[in-house]
Amino acid sequence: MELAATAAKAVFIVAFILAIVPMLVLGERKVSGWIQDRHGPNRVGPGGLLQPLADGIKFLAKEVLAPKSVDRKLYFAAPALLLVPALMSGAIIPWSKPIPADSFIGKLLSAENWSPDGIPFQLARIDVGVLYFLAIVSLGVYGVILAGWASNNKYTLLGGLRASAQVISYELSLGLAILAVLLMAGTLQVDKIVEQQAGFGWFIFYQPVAWFLFSVTALAETNRAPFDLAECEQELVGGYHTEYSGMTFATFFLAEYGNMAMSSALNVSLFLGGWTLFGLEEMLPWYLTFLIFLGKVLLFLFVFLWVRWTFPRFRFDQLMRLGWKMALPLALGNVIVTAGAVAVHEMWDAPLWPVMAAGQLALIGAVVLTSVLNARADAQQRTQA
Amino acid sequence: MSAWIMAAFMLTAAVGAVMVILHRNPVYSALSLVLTMFALSAIYVMLGAYFVAVAQALVYAGAIVVLFLFVIMLLNLRSQKPLKESLGLRAAVGALLGALFIGVAAGTMWTVLKPELLAQTADTFKDEGHTESLARLLFQNHLVPFEAVSLILLAALIGVVVLIRFHGRPPSDNTEESNDA
Repeated sequence: MELAATAAKAVFIVAFILAIVPMLVLGERKVSGWIQDRHGPNRVGPGGLLQPLADGIKFLAKEVLAPKSVDRKLYFAAPALLLVPALMSGAIIPWSKPIPADSFIGKLLSAENWSPDGIPFQLARIDVGVLYFLAIVSLGVYGVILAGWASNNKYTLLGGLRASAQVISYELSLGLAILAVLLMAGTLQVDKIVEQQAGFGWFIFYQPVAWFLFSVTALAETNRAPFDLAECEQELVGGYHTEYSGMTFATFFLAEYGNMAMSSALNVSLFLGGWTLFGLEEMLPWYLTFLIFLGKVLLFLFVFLWVRWTFPRFRFDQLMRLGWKMALPLALGNVIVTAGAVAVHEMWDAPLWPVMAAGQLALIGAVVLTSVLNARADAQQRTQA
Repeated sequence: MSAWIMAAFMLTAAVGAVMVILHRNPVYSALSLVLTMFALSAIYVMLGAYFVAVAQALVYAGAIVVLFLFVIMLLNLRSQKPLKESLGLRAAVGALLGALFIGVAAGTMWTVLKPELLAQTADTFKDEGHTESLARLLFQNHLVPFEAVSLILLAALIGVVVLIRFHGRPPSDNTEESNDA
């Protein structure tokens, strides 16, 4: 029965991602409409609710065209190479608290025989959890870069190169932002990290800088605005997926939104306490803790959409400067500060949070100071020139 | 069963490695390398070395080969014509060096892969999980060699920067270019 539980969880993850994507696409168009003071899609079904269905039928019914000069093998492999990592990354997310053995599902799977403490609602409880997520996500870049190359079109190639340069640049800051959390948690297992945050111990309170860095670099990693230079339509036609049509194009869509959902899920698990809610989760049944988790994820997905219509797209040199000259030093500084605070806490038995707060404040102060000094130096240079 | 799966992954790794040097198209060569890395990663998983497996996927498949691909595409390398030169002497030297390498590798395995040593390693890993015991080995027992290796990498990086920065002109006239004005 353990096998059945594992299979059910795997099916759940794939189904969840494939189901949340159409909702996200509709949500994106509705939120965009709301932010721009218009209605958004409102023709198909009540209030436009069936729009994703219409979109899906349209994508499926369209002919899949492959231009004559493409490298056919890689051209058709590329969308799959992008989608598969997006689906695989959900394996380490703890979706709710363990499903009790005496609940309906627990009895259905006769859980008391193999897991009397309840079935963990997490597919893979491996001791390298967070690293697994990073490794899988970093494989997604192959889909983008190969789509750009196999299409045999200079705009798609430029889009693919931009995307890969961006993902490689921001991966470092993303990893370092996560490292600060790992230093505090002392484990790579996501379910243990979530359990440590029960009560009021959400890591966003200890690590606001790391949380901010993670959120920004997650935008860059998923190629979302304002980091969507890979599909910058004014310069590159449509970017790396210009030559794709029908369902192959829809696969890129699925992967992009799936990645958004999964990076939000990791963000919630690492920084916002996953399925916990200030001790309330003790009293709630497991499916309500799943709803808590889902609510937090949707909140983040809303922020993704909100950011898109708030900040204009970066220029490529601005993107690189932000990644290498600002995000990376800040993330490194944060790791040093966090390591120092944890060391002080462990060596002299000092309470953790005042030390950490002092460190984080010093870090934010240093950032403000350097940016003020930089602005001054720039202004001086401009007056001299 | 698991022995057959292991054999399949080993075969995949070997086929991928051969494809890297046999394929004419550099993009396919790089992708074959990814295949090899992945098969190696799967073998590590089957051996219970999760951290090594993930590090393999993260560092080699996720970063280094992406950079290879990046360079191949930036230089716009297309399919290469087959070599027409005779390989006589080079093949002989290559075969000799290859045999030497296999000899050294086999000798190392012969001395290291003793049952009692393996059992000891398995014991250390059983106590506190693979990642933690590996970290203890790297950052406590073997900290100095570990840092020395990182210094070698750093030296190579600095060397590259120096080569590019001062290529073709003396280091004295490196006037600072301002890239934003």
